[in-house]
Amino acid sequence: MAAKTIISRPIYGTLSPQPGKHHLFIADAEGALAITDMAGKAPPGFFDGAEIVFIPGPEGKHIAALEALKPAQLHLPPSFASLLPRLRQTLTNAHMGLRLYLAGTEGLIGQAMQAALEAGIDHTSMQTEHRGSLARRMQCVHCKGITENVTTQPALCAHCGLLLLVRDHYSRRLAAFQGVCINAEDRSEIPPMEEAFP
Amino acid sequence: MSTGTTKLDVVVSDVVPVNDLVTRFHFRRRDGELLPTFSGGAHVVVEMRDGDRTRLNPYSLMGSPLDTREYTVSIRRDDVGRGGSLFMHRQVKPGLEMVISYPVNLFSLDLRAKKHLMLAGGIGITPFMAQTSQLAGAGGNFELHYTCRTASLGTYADVLRERYGNRIRLYHDDREERIELDRLLSSQPLGTHLYVCGPAGMINWVRDRAAALGWPSETVHFEHFAAPQPGAPFDVTLAVSGKTIRVGEQQSLLEAIEAAGVDPPYLCRGGVCGQCETNVISHDGKFIHNDHWLSEEDHRSGCKIMPCVSRFEGKSLVLER
Repeated sequence: MAAKTIISRPIYGTLSPQPGKHHLFIADAEGALAITDMAGKAPPGFFDGAEIVFIPGPEGKHIAALEALKPAQLHLPPSFASLLPRLRQTLTNAHMGLRLYLAGTEGLIGQAMQAALEAGIDHTSMQTEHRGSLARRMQCVHCKGITENVTTQPALCAHCGLLLLVRDHYSRRLAAFQGVCINAEDRSEIPPMEEAFP
Repeated sequence: MSTGTTKLDVVVSDVVPVNDLVTRFHFRRRDGELLPTFSGGAHVVVEMRDGDRTRLNPYSLMGSPLDTREYTVSIRRDDVGRGGSLFMHRQVKPGLEMVISYPVNLFSLDLRAKKHLMLAGGIGITPFMAQTSQLAGAGGNFELHYTCRTASLGTYADVLRERYGNRIRLYHDDREERIELDRLLSSQPLGTHLYVCGPAGMINWVRDRAAALGWPSETVHFEHFAAPQPGAPFDVTLAVSGKTIRVGEQQSLLEAIEAAGVDPPYLCRGGVCGQCETNVISHDGKFIHNDHWLSEEDHRSGCKIMPCVSRFEGKSLVLER
């Protein structure tokens, strides 16, 4: 897990069962393991009122482990974009007493949190646990384009092609780290690109 | 100097009895200027000069934050308290020059909320008078549930009903009307924030049920000014200023420290804001903690005290003041 460098750099915790009437889990990839680990600490019947939304990824791992928890509902959408309309609908119709648990990659946690913030849940009220890749969602501060799954430092903006320094400066509103041109003074200066967010 | 306690020189512009127990006081600036801006939920500390005794009591501002020509507070008469409310009811008349603090808000609205659910008990209605005015002016979404002993003691219930119609729900103790709290809390849309002001028992009940029903603590706001409780006199050594003082039966520890010429920071004088938190250097005896600020751990440790509301019984107490 990444160390806290500046105040906006998100820090993730460990999922723990909260009091509530309805428990909504959103996870991808290894995030499933955060849910199964938490299940060991949950009171009996906890998953009777739980809804798990899990993006399994290409290998389809961990699905059986989540089914074994016998949640009230289990959805397996193919991507975050495909689950977003349904998530927004759920949050719009939800009542106080819904608790949100986000687990998996930073991109997934950040984007689910973005939708939840819009629905009026304070970010400190959400349970989060980072598992898996450190790949970042990055916003180019110059063209405002978002580049997904950035693993290098510096990184190329997929939209305008500028070479960007991927900062720890994070925007919850955009669910993205900020990327700033690394060679604005002299574009011929090309620093080596290293694998920084595996 | 005491944080946030810059003073305002005011004159009492009106005194209006509201019902058998509650009287409203209006203050204007002596220089005729506008008063400082405040937000709904703010309070001022009113200085009451009563002979050789000075009381400093916090009261919620209940007027509209959109109108700062005057401040208004409504004070419930407490016949068995330490005398602050009786002083206000008996001695304070229009034209009297008084000193009040700048407004301080320890019970502010979280304007990110999608909806504001307010629960008031008795005189706990006063901060909601200002908050509802503030929200109504901005088209805010709110609902107020107000419990009072009887209709005649439902301070401002009529005003609120007239202003906001069915956004105000009234519950009268004498008619056995009770808030169906669990149902109310469970039927609120996501993004609702809860505000509760009233007797300690009501605040604890609402906080407990909200937590059990899955309301995150960030969404639950409460204000309860604990009036300093009288108690047996006790002696205190102030180590930093090198003074030994006696706290009288009707005096708070904070008032006794101030009377000795030491000026610790304070804001609310009601055990909620944390400003006057004081380290204990040594003690031989028992603390009577009455604040809502320190954790239970702090209370047990015997290392800290909130002198605005808490007392001590025993042989010796040395404070870092």
